[in-house]
Amino acid sequence: MSAVFRPYSASDSLRSDRSATDRLRHRQKVRQAIRENIADIVAEEAIITQDPDRVVKVPIRGIKEYRFVYGKNTPQVAAAGEGEVEKGQVVGKSQAEGPGSGAGDAGDRPGVDYYETDITIEELVEIMFEDLHLPDLERKKLRESLVVHGTRRLGYRRAGIRVHLDKRKSARQRIRRKVAIHGQQSDAETAERRFPFHRDDLRYRRRVPDVTAESNAVVMCIMDTSGSMDAMKKYLARSFFFLLYHFVRTRYRNVELVFISHHTEAREVSEQEFFYKGESGGTMLSSGYGKALEVIQERYHPSLWNIYAFHCSDGENLRTDNPEARKLAQQLCQVCNLFGYGEIKPRASLFGHSSMLDVFKDLDADNFEAVEIKRKEDLWPSFKALLLHERNPEEMMP
Amino acid sequence: MTRTYDVEDLAHWDARIREKVQEFGLTCFSQEFEVCDHVQMLGYMAYHGMPSHYPHWSYGKAYERLKTLYDHGMTGLPYEMVINSDPCLAYLVKENSLCLQILTIAHVYGHNDFFRNNFTFQSTHPELVIRAFKARADRVRSYIEDPSIGLEKVDAVLDAAHALSLQCRRNPAIRKLSPEEQRARAIAAAEPPADPFRQIHKRVERSEPDLEKVPLEPEEDLLLFIRDHNRRLAEWEKDLLTIVHEESQYFIPQIETKIMNEGWATYWHRQIMNSLDLPQDVYLEFLVRHNQVVQPAPGDINPYCLGLGIWEDIRRRYDEPASTESEIDDLPRKSGRDKLFEVREVDRDVSFLRRFLTKDLVREMGLFEYAPRDDALIVTKVPSDEEWEEIKQTLLHQVGMGGVPVIRIVDADYNHRGELHLQHDHDGRDLQLEHAEKTLAHLYRLWTRPAHLETVVDGESCMLSYDSDGFRLKEMD
Repeated sequence: MSAVFRPYSASDSLRSDRSATDRLRHRQKVRQAIRENIADIVAEEAIITQDPDRVVKVPIRGIKEYRFVYGKNTPQVAAAGEGEVEKGQVVGKSQAEGPGSGAGDAGDRPGVDYYETDITIEELVEIMFEDLHLPDLERKKLRESLVVHGTRRLGYRRAGIRVHLDKRKSARQRIRRKVAIHGQQSDAETAERRFPFHRDDLRYRRRVPDVTAESNAVVMCIMDTSGSMDAMKKYLARSFFFLLYHFVRTRYRNVELVFISHHTEAREVSEQEFFYKGESGGTMLSSGYGKALEVIQERYHPSLWNIYAFHCSDGENLRTDNPEARKLAQQLCQVCNLFGYGEIKPRASLFGHSSMLDVFKDLDADNFEAVEIKRKEDLWPSFKALLLHERNPEEMMP
Repeated sequence: MTRTYDVEDLAHWDARIREKVQEFGLTCFSQEFEVCDHVQMLGYMAYHGMPSHYPHWSYGKAYERLKTLYDHGMTGLPYEMVINSDPCLAYLVKENSLCLQILTIAHVYGHNDFFRNNFTFQSTHPELVIRAFKARADRVRSYIEDPSIGLEKVDAVLDAAHALSLQCRRNPAIRKLSPEEQRARAIAAAEPPADPFRQIHKRVERSEPDLEKVPLEPEEDLLLFIRDHNRRLAEWEKDLLTIVHEESQYFIPQIETKIMNEGWATYWHRQIMNSLDLPQDVYLEFLVRHNQVVQPAPGDINPYCLGLGIWEDIRRRYDEPASTESEIDDLPRKSGRDKLFEVREVDRDVSFLRRFLTKDLVREMGLFEYAPRDDALIVTKVPSDEEWEEIKQTLLHQVGMGGVPVIRIVDADYNHRGELHLQHDHDGRDLQLEHAEKTLAHLYRLWTRPAHLETVVDGESCMLSYDSDGFRLKEMD
């Protein structure tokens, strides 16, 4: 029996990242799995409430390694750490099926049912929108609008008005011409001879119109906060706004959010208030639309801003308000890139109640879309419908 | 306080440890240590410690998992990582303290001795291990690089093969019968039993054995069976199945002897460390580390702790038996040491626990049984006089390959359509259905014809099937 020691070599260590390819491949599989399960992931509450730069844990299935393993009615033996255990004592939480002792070695129990991976919301949103197959060209067209902000300087020219005369530049031109004519003579020789400015010496600053590509967008979140909107409905609404916001963010550099909550009257509120503050009372949709138009008028002129408005309601409007709401919705469509209306009906049992979907059905606008959301599983499909509609306005009417 | 050391110091301590190893009578393969850093160690761990191993994304996943756990401080690195090969290969993490290195070296010799002497490892060809892994890696790479095959296809086969890799025979001491022997056995079994009163008994009808049946006897080696009987597989696919099967054959002895092996190494590292005359600070650190290693893991089984406890108990019972125990042991009387060496040769975890886990030990280790009920895990049995044996039985079912359901192929021409019929040897534990479904899908992919698995779900006989329409669960009458 003998022994050999192989000493550590730092260069070997640097070269020996042997798992790199396998990790990459695993990473690809994770992305693939996320893409396949995007609808489930989007509906996860935890993700929607996260702020965008945070890393979230996304539960994914599909890259688990399966084997035949034992499931329920499988008793296990374990050691008590300290002290005695008593019969009937609870020693842990059972997983969906069968006890699991964590993922691990071959022959081990199935671990947690989910495999979790870290991903930033950004990355997630990117995958989400890759999934929509939006052509880049389309994105670009939407991204920029040309706006003239007055003028700016751009070089020099020989003709112009007096106020744009550049004295230094003109003086230099004169000196240049003088040297060209007399050669390098001392000042003493040339001093007595006058050498006046010529018209060709004059240089004027050139000014051009200042056109910049603006990529501003505003997302107007309008929500019905009347008494009939409960927590579940609000959650669905919030999820929808979340998707819309992130979608708009992928296309514009500068995105602002406006929150308008309304019952019979509308107010512009903070995000916090918008999502968490409950109100009561009846509903007049027109108030919300009126407020939105007012805000657009004041701060977000349609020539500078791409406006995305989205309204979530449970569709229970004061009947007499319907014509007015329809009229204002029409106006909103004229100023917005996209105006969406989402009717949230978590319980299907509400037949007989009014629905705004009927009211908006014959709305005459290419950029209007109404969707119905019943469950959180509907979120992604309806959102997709909304965006696909934006892509092909001619295909819009359902 | 921390001592600095270099490779010479390690070699010096190693030489002293080897003296002790010889003195204690351990017989080891020659040993190689490789000093590496923690990143390399994580890399080795992801690939089961192998210096070369075929690529597959699951190892990338394992690495990411280990690295995350390590980065978040959830687990430390294991002190030791030993490979069953001749020469035996072990890694030392260079960031560890001198004491840990000495402890690791001593521990490694324990494993080394166990690998060399325990019967389950006799079929692993330790002298070829490293080369065999390298050769398999080269083969898999050549398939990946082959433009007519490629990564995607290789991955798909490996995914499926990995899912089934542990569905194989467990006890290497039982020889697998060749097809000719199976045939002979089937013929012999069809013969009527010898009957001394043949003349007065009614003549027994001789039933004709069905020698056309495939397989003749229920077959546990799923991958090999598919390789040998699915003519639709290409050569490279068959080779991948062989590779995965061979690899699992190499690891099964380690799965089967986890508790014994760790207990054995822990027992001897303690003996060695105690006899080494260590400097005081090193010795004190050793005591701390050793106690961490053998600390019972609440809610789990710590193989170091359980194994060490049993080995110690065996030695005690033979060297200084309590008066009540003198009757139970075999004759001729052996010394504790001789008994230890005998047991390390002839047992694996299941038999080890069955033979040597006593009531007192079950109590001492605080073993209990728990089972899921509703959403919680509830303690169902505690080591009372009535129930300790049931706890032991449950434990015997969960150690080693006991955690892998026994599934056998009974018919390769089910329904006369070349479909695969398998039977789960149900022992009270149901299969986890989601896993069963996905694994059957893998099986279907490899067999390329529908696969049917007979099992019991909630007390009802069921047939789980997978075919081109997907998964089906059908209750059987």
